[in-house]
Amino acid sequence: MMEKVFNRVQSAKALGLCALFTLLFFTISGNAQEETTEPTTEAAVAESAAEATTGGDPANGEKLFKQNCAACHALNRKMTGPALANVETRLYEEEGLDREWLYAWIKNSAGMIASGDAYANRIYNEYNKAAMTAFPTLSNANIDDILAYTAAPPPLPPTPPPGDTSVAGTAMANQSGISNEIILGALVLVFALLVVMLVLVNKTLKRIAAANGVQLEQEAAAPRVPIWKAFAQNQFLVLCTVIVFLLSSGYGAYAWMSQVGVDQGYAPIQPIHYSHKIHAGQNKIECQYCHSSARVSKHSGIPSLNVCMNCHKSIYEYKGTAEGPSAEDLANGYTNEFYTNEIKKLYKAVGWDEENQRYTGESQPVEWVRIHNLPDFVYFNHAQHVTAGKIECQTCHGPVEEMEIMYQYSPLTMGWCINCHRETEVQVADNGYYEKIHAELSKKYGVEKLTAAQMGGLECGKCHY
Amino acid sequence: MASNKKYWKSAAELNPNDSIVETLKQNEFVDHIPVDDFLGDKESLEESNTTRRDFLKFAGFSTAAAALAACEGPVNKSVPYVIQPEDIVPGIANYYATTIADGFDFASILVKTREGRPILINNNDRAAVMGSANARVNASVLSLYDSKRLQGPLAKREPIDWEVLDATVKAKLAGLRNSGKKVVLMTQTYASPTMDKLVAEFSEQYGNVEHVTYDAISEDAALNAFQEAYGQRALADYHFDKAELIVSFGADFLGDWQGGGYDAGYAKGRVPHHGKMSRHIQIEANMSLTGANADTRLPMKPTDVGVALAKLYGKLNGSTVGGNSSAIEGVVDALAQEVRKAGKKAVVVCGLNNKDAQTITLAINKLLQSEAFDTEAPKHVRQGNTGAVNRLIADMNASRVGLLMIAGVNPVYSLPNAKAFVDGLSKVGLSIYSGQSNDETAQAVTHVAAASHYLESWGDAELKKGYLSLMQPVIRELFDTRQFQACLLKWMGSDQTYYDYLKSNWSTTILGGATWSKTLQDGVFKRGSSVPVVPLTEEEGAALAATVSETPEEEPPVVVEPTVASLTAALRSLTSLTPSDTELVLYSKVGMGNGAQANNPWLQEFPDPISRVSWDNYITVSTADAEKYGFENYNVANGGLDGSYAKITVDGTTIDNIPVIVQPGQAKGTVGLSFGYGRVDGVQEEMRTGVNAFPLYKNYNNIQAVTIAKAEGIHEFACIQLHNTLMGRGDIIKETTLEEFNTEEPSVWNPVPQVSLDHQEVPATTVDLWTEFDRTIGHFFNLSIDLNACTGCGACVIACHAENNVPVVGKQEIRRSRDMHWLRIDRYYSSEDTFQSDVEEKETAEEGYKTTMLALENPAENPQVAFQPVMCQHCNHAPCETVCPVAATAHSRQGHNHMAYNRCVGTRYCANNCPYKVRRFNWFLYNNNDEFDFHMNNDLGKMVLNPDVNVRSRGVMEKCSFCIQSTQAVILNAKKEGRPVAKGEFNDACACSAACSSGAMHFGDVNEEDSKIAKLLEDDRAYHLLEHVGTKPNVFYHVKVRNTNKA
Repeated sequence: MMEKVFNRVQSAKALGLCALFTLLFFTISGNAQEETTEPTTEAAVAESAAEATTGGDPANGEKLFKQNCAACHALNRKMTGPALANVETRLYEEEGLDREWLYAWIKNSAGMIASGDAYANRIYNEYNKAAMTAFPTLSNANIDDILAYTAAPPPLPPTPPPGDTSVAGTAMANQSGISNEIILGALVLVFALLVVMLVLVNKTLKRIAAANGVQLEQEAAAPRVPIWKAFAQNQFLVLCTVIVFLLSSGYGAYAWMSQVGVDQGYAPIQPIHYSHKIHAGQNKIECQYCHSSARVSKHSGIPSLNVCMNCHKSIYEYKGTAEGPSAEDLANGYTNEFYTNEIKKLYKAVGWDEENQRYTGESQPVEWVRIHNLPDFVYFNHAQHVTAGKIECQTCHGPVEEMEIMYQYSPLTMGWCINCHRETEVQVADNGYYEKIHAELSKKYGVEKLTAAQMGGLECGKCHY
Repeated sequence: MASNKKYWKSAAELNPNDSIVETLKQNEFVDHIPVDDFLGDKESLEESNTTRRDFLKFAGFSTAAAALAACEGPVNKSVPYVIQPEDIVPGIANYYATTIADGFDFASILVKTREGRPILINNNDRAAVMGSANARVNASVLSLYDSKRLQGPLAKREPIDWEVLDATVKAKLAGLRNSGKKVVLMTQTYASPTMDKLVAEFSEQYGNVEHVTYDAISEDAALNAFQEAYGQRALADYHFDKAELIVSFGADFLGDWQGGGYDAGYAKGRVPHHGKMSRHIQIEANMSLTGANADTRLPMKPTDVGVALAKLYGKLNGSTVGGNSSAIEGVVDALAQEVRKAGKKAVVVCGLNNKDAQTITLAINKLLQSEAFDTEAPKHVRQGNTGAVNRLIADMNASRVGLLMIAGVNPVYSLPNAKAFVDGLSKVGLSIYSGQSNDETAQAVTHVAAASHYLESWGDAELKKGYLSLMQPVIRELFDTRQFQACLLKWMGSDQTYYDYLKSNWSTTILGGATWSKTLQDGVFKRGSSVPVVPLTEEEGAALAATVSETPEEEPPVVVEPTVASLTAALRSLTSLTPSDTELVLYSKVGMGNGAQANNPWLQEFPDPISRVSWDNYITVSTADAEKYGFENYNVANGGLDGSYAKITVDGTTIDNIPVIVQPGQAKGTVGLSFGYGRVDGVQEEMRTGVNAFPLYKNYNNIQAVTIAKAEGIHEFACIQLHNTLMGRGDIIKETTLEEFNTEEPSVWNPVPQVSLDHQEVPATTVDLWTEFDRTIGHFFNLSIDLNACTGCGACVIACHAENNVPVVGKQEIRRSRDMHWLRIDRYYSSEDTFQSDVEEKETAEEGYKTTMLALENPAENPQVAFQPVMCQHCNHAPCETVCPVAATAHSRQGHNHMAYNRCVGTRYCANNCPYKVRRFNWFLYNNNDEFDFHMNNDLGKMVLNPDVNVRSRGVMEKCSFCIQSTQAVILNAKKEGRPVAKGEFNDACACSAACSSGAMHFGDVNEEDSKIAKLLEDDRAYHLLEHVGTKPNVFYHVKVRNTNKA
C-alpha cells in the first residue's frame, strides 16, 4: 500500500514517544559490552612473519595493489583472477614456483602462456581464458612490495562489528533522533505544572479570603440563561458561525482533495535496499552513469542489472566510510553487513556466481516499486529537460545524493510543472535548433531570454496527447 | 363531447370472434414480459430479505468505498532488463528494414519497434520497387499479436513437441524414399531465390519431391501467357508513370491485380505537370478502386470486355476481328484512335484471368512498343500454377501422394474444389500444414507445424527480376513456432539455421561484394549494383557459376515470338465466348484481400473504399438489375444501412442469403462479389463475417455465369457513409478538366467562395470574425492533400489506427455511426454523368428546386467518383474551440488544434459545432472491456499500442492530432542534436503522410524556407475545405483535374 511517509510516520512517532525512548535506551545499551581486540593481535603476528620472508614494503605494496591489481584480484577471494593472499608462499609450496616466475608472469603473462609454461596455461584455462593485463612498467622492487602486501596486509582499522557502539553514542543517537519530541514533552510538562500551580494558588487565596472573612461576591441569584441557549437565540451569531463553519469545511475539503493522488514524499520499500546516498553522495557517481537514457529518451530508465555489475563485479562487500556507520544508520539497521547483504541480493537477481566468478544464467529480474508515477495522459520526456533544457536532476528529484531511501521530492502536479515552465529560461546557447526561433521570439516579446512558456510550453498539447 | 367513433388497429379486430383480439384485450403486452428473469421465482423472492432500503444502503456503501479506494494510488512495478540489449533504449524507437512476402502481399517495408515490440509499418524509401505498404500490410503488424494464432505444433489437433513432429516427418520421408509415392510441397508464392534453392536441395535429397505453388487468387493465365511469349513464368511489369494513356480492361491495378504495388507510379503520372497528365480509361464490370480513379470509365460485361480487347488488337493491327456488336465496335473505334495517337506512350492492361486475353494484351503492348511495358525485368510476385494444383488433387485422390506439406496457403478454405482436396487429404498418409492460424486447413491435416509470422522470420524475395528484398525478424518468436524454411532444413537433417543458410546463399550467389550488414540494413538490393571488391578464387568462382546456372531466373529469357496462328486462335476464342445473362465477377478488396488476415479487427473495420461498408462482403448489383430483381438498399432511423438478400447459383453451387449492395457504376447484367470473407476456423466469433466466395471460383476463373434471385430477409450493414452524392456542392471537392485547367485562369476552376459583407459579395478569405494570430514564428504545420494523386487506397487509415491507438468498435457501433476513425476517406458519386453537370443541374434547377435536389441524392448509373481524405482540419479559427465549456480543446501556435483528453468532460458540443464532422466520441470504454473484445482487450493485442499516445477512456472526445507525438519527437531530436529540423523531416512524422505511397499527402512546416509544403500551399490548385465558413484550416486540398477532354 501507498504510504505518506512524511505525514503518517511522524504522527505515529509522536504517539509512541516515551515508550520508544526508554525501550531503545535499555535494549541497545544492554548488548554494548562485547568488544574484543583480536584482529589487531592477529595482524601483528602476520606482519612480522611477512617482513621476514619478503623484504618489501607492504605499505607501498598496498598502494600499488589497489592501483593495478584490485580490479581483478582480491586477497582472500576469487574474482576475475585468483585470490592473492600469500600468493608467493602458496605458489612455492604447491607448484614449486619462485619469485622469478612471478616477475615474468606479471610483466608478460601472455608471453608465458605462449611459451607453454605449464602452470601459466593451467591458470589461464582455469579462469575462463581471461588474459591478465601485462604490467611491464612494474619494477621487480614494486612487485616485491606488492608481494609483501599480499603476504601480510597491514591491519585493518579496528572496525567494530555491527550494532556495537558505545553507550554514549547510542544515547546520543536516540536523543538526536527524538529531541523534538522531548522538547514538546517538556513543554507539556511545564504547562501542566503551571496549571496545577494556578489551581493551588487559587485555592490558597480562597482559603485565605475565607479565613479573613472576605465575602466573595456570589453569582447573581437569578438563574442565568445557559450559554448554548443564548447562542441559539442570537440568530446573527448562528448565521456567522454557520458561514464560518461552511467556509472552513469547504476549504478543508478542498485542501484534502487537492492532495489526493499527490504522492509527494512517497518512499516505498524496494526489493533491494539501494542507497542513493552511498552511490551518488559518498561515491559521487554521476546520475546519468546509471540513468543513461535520461539523456536521449523520455524515460530516465531504471538501470539494467548489467550496469550495476560494471562496478559490483569487484565491489562485493560494503566497507563503509572511514568514520564507520553513523549512529542514525545503526539505529535503522544500516550496517555494513546489511549493505553487503543487499549486494548479494543483486548477485542473486543477476545470476552471478561469486564463487566461480561467472554468470549462471539464472536471473530474476528485480521488480522495483515505481516512485514517480505520472498519469497516462501526461507525456513527459526526460531528454527534453536534461539534454535540451540542461536542467539538473536535483531540480525535480531533490537532494537524491542525500537520500538513503529514494522518495518523491516534488509534488508532480500540473501547477508545479506550469510554474517551472513560466520561470525557466530556455537554454538557447550553442543549440542550432533555437537560433532562428530565439531571434524572432525575443524580438517579438522584447526580451533577451525566453522562458519555456514563451516558447509555447504552456500549450495543452505539449504534454497531453 | 364523447366520441363514439371506433378505431381499429388491424383487420382482425373487425372479426368479433377472433381469438387473438380476445386475448389482446386481456393483455396489455403482446409478448410475455420476462419478469421472472430479473425478479427470480416467487419463492426465492419472498425468502430474500433484501429490501429496497438495503439495496440503497449497499449502493451507497459501495459508491463510498469506491470513492475512498480511489484515493489510494496503485503500486506500480518497474522491471528493468537484467541485461539490457545494446541497441534498445527504453523510450526510443528502432527501425528495421524487412519484407512482407506472404504469398499475396509483397513489399519492402520498415518496421518501427519500441522496446522490442513492432508497432508500426512504414514504407521503405530505399526500395526501388514495391517499397510501399498497402492497408493490409499496414495492418499485418496487428496480425502478429493475433490471440488466435497457433502457439505450437499440433498432431491431430493436440499439442505435441517439435521433436516428436520432426521425428515423425523424418521417418515418413525416409519411408517414402523408394515407395513410389510422392512428397509434395504445396506452398504460397515465395518469390525467394533462397527458398528455391532450399526446395531444390530438399528435392535432391529425397528424390520424389514435387513443389506446387498455389495462389488463392490466381494469375495463372497471365503467367502462362507471359511464359509462352517470353519464355519464363513471370508477370510483365508496367511503369504507369511513363504512360500518357492507360487503358485497362478490367484490371484493378490500384488494388491487388498481379500483386499490386502500382499506385505510386500511377499517381506520379496523374498530377498535372506542365499542363500534362496521363489519361486513364477503364473498361470493367465492377466499380473497382481503379475504375473509380479513371478519367473515363466504361461499364461492360466481362465477356464484352474480352471482345473489346480483341477488337482493339484487330484495329491496331489492321485486321478484322469478329464478334458483332455495334456498341462495342463504336467504343473500340474511339479507343483505337486514342491509343494510336498516344503510340509508345500508351499501355494496355487486362484483368481477365484468361490466357487468350493476356496473350493479346502482351501482343498489343508489344505492337505499341509501349514505354511503360517492361518484359526485361518481370515480376515474380505471383507464381501459382492451377494446372499443377489440379494434378495434385488428382494425385491425392489416386493415393499417389505419401506426404503433403502445405505452407502459407489455406487451400481448404480457398480452393474452389475444396471438397475434393479434403477427400484427397484422407488418402495422404501424412499431411503437414505450416500456417499461422488454426484455420480450415489446420483442421483438415494430420499435423500442424505452427509457423512464425513474417515479422519473426528470415527470408528474401526477388520481387522483380534483379530487385531483391531481405526479410529479417524484428521480434523473437512470440510462441513455439517455426518458419517453414527452418522446418525443411530440420527435416533434411541439417543443423543449419535458416539465417545461416540465407546468409551463405546471399554471400555466394547474390551479394557479389556488397556487405551483408549494409544490405540487411537497407533491406533491399539490386543485382549487379555492386562490383565484387575482392576477386573470387577459382573455386569460389566455379561454385558461383554453378549456383547461378542452377537458378532458373538467371537463364537468358528465350523470347518466343507469338505466332500469328496462336494469336488468331486467341482472338477467335476470346470473341467466341458466349455471354451469359448475368455474369459474376469475383474480386478482392483492398481491406481483406484473400482472407488470410480475417482475424484482424483493423481490416474488418476498414471500410471498403467504394461501398464504404465494413465488416461484410456482399454482391454488388447495378441499379437496373436491382430494380429487376427487387433488391433495395435504404437507411433506417438510426442511420444504419439495410439491404436485401440474394441467392446466387454458379454451376450447381448455391449461396443463400448474400447481402446486396446496389452499386452505381456496376455494369448491367453483372454482379460482383469479393473474396476473403466467410472465414470460420481460427477466427474470433465477432470476425466471422460475410460469405466465402471461393466455392464459386470455378476453374480459378473470376468470371462466372450466375443465376440470381431475391431471398428473404433484410441485412443490416455497417456502412460508414450515409450520403453518397455531393448534391451539386462543387466547393467540397473542386474539380476541373485538364483543358479548362490549362486554358483558364485559376479563378475559373478554383474560385474563392464569396460571402456577403455589408451587402457586398466579397471573397470569404477576406472576412474574419477574429483577430489573427501571428503565425510566422516557429513551426507552423500544414497538411496538403492532392485529390489527383489520392487513389483512395486507405493505407493512411490503417497507419493512423496503428500510430494513434484508435480503438475498434465493432459492427453494431459502426452501424450507429460511432466509428472512431480519425481519418476517413469520403467517396462521392456524381448524380449526373459528371460532377460538373451536378453543379449545373443544381444551379439551373429546371424541374423545380425540391425535385432537383431529391434527384441529386441519387447517384448516376455510371457516376464519376471522387475520393477525399478528411481528418481534423486543425482550423486556425476553430468552431470547436469556442464552444468547449472546459477549454479542453485549444489552439497551438504550431497550428495544431489540441485536444486534452483529461480535461474533456464529454459535452460533445465541439463535435456538433465542427463543420467537418471529424471529432469522435468515446461512447464506451473500448479497452479492457469484454463487450469490445478486440485487440485492446487482451494482453497480446495491447502490444501493438503506441506507448507515446494515450489510450482514451469512456466519455471523452478524440480526433486527429496531426500526430503531435511525432512532430514533437522530430523537434526534440533536432534540439538534442543542436541543429535545425532537416528538410522534409516532418513529412514522415504524420502517420498518414508517411504511409501515403502515391504522394497525395504531404505534411510539413510552412514557415520553413523553400519547403515543399509552402510551395504546395501557394499552388494554384490549393483550396480549403468549406472555405466560406471561415475556419481557416491548416489542411488544404488540391483541385482534382480530370483528363476528360477527349472521346
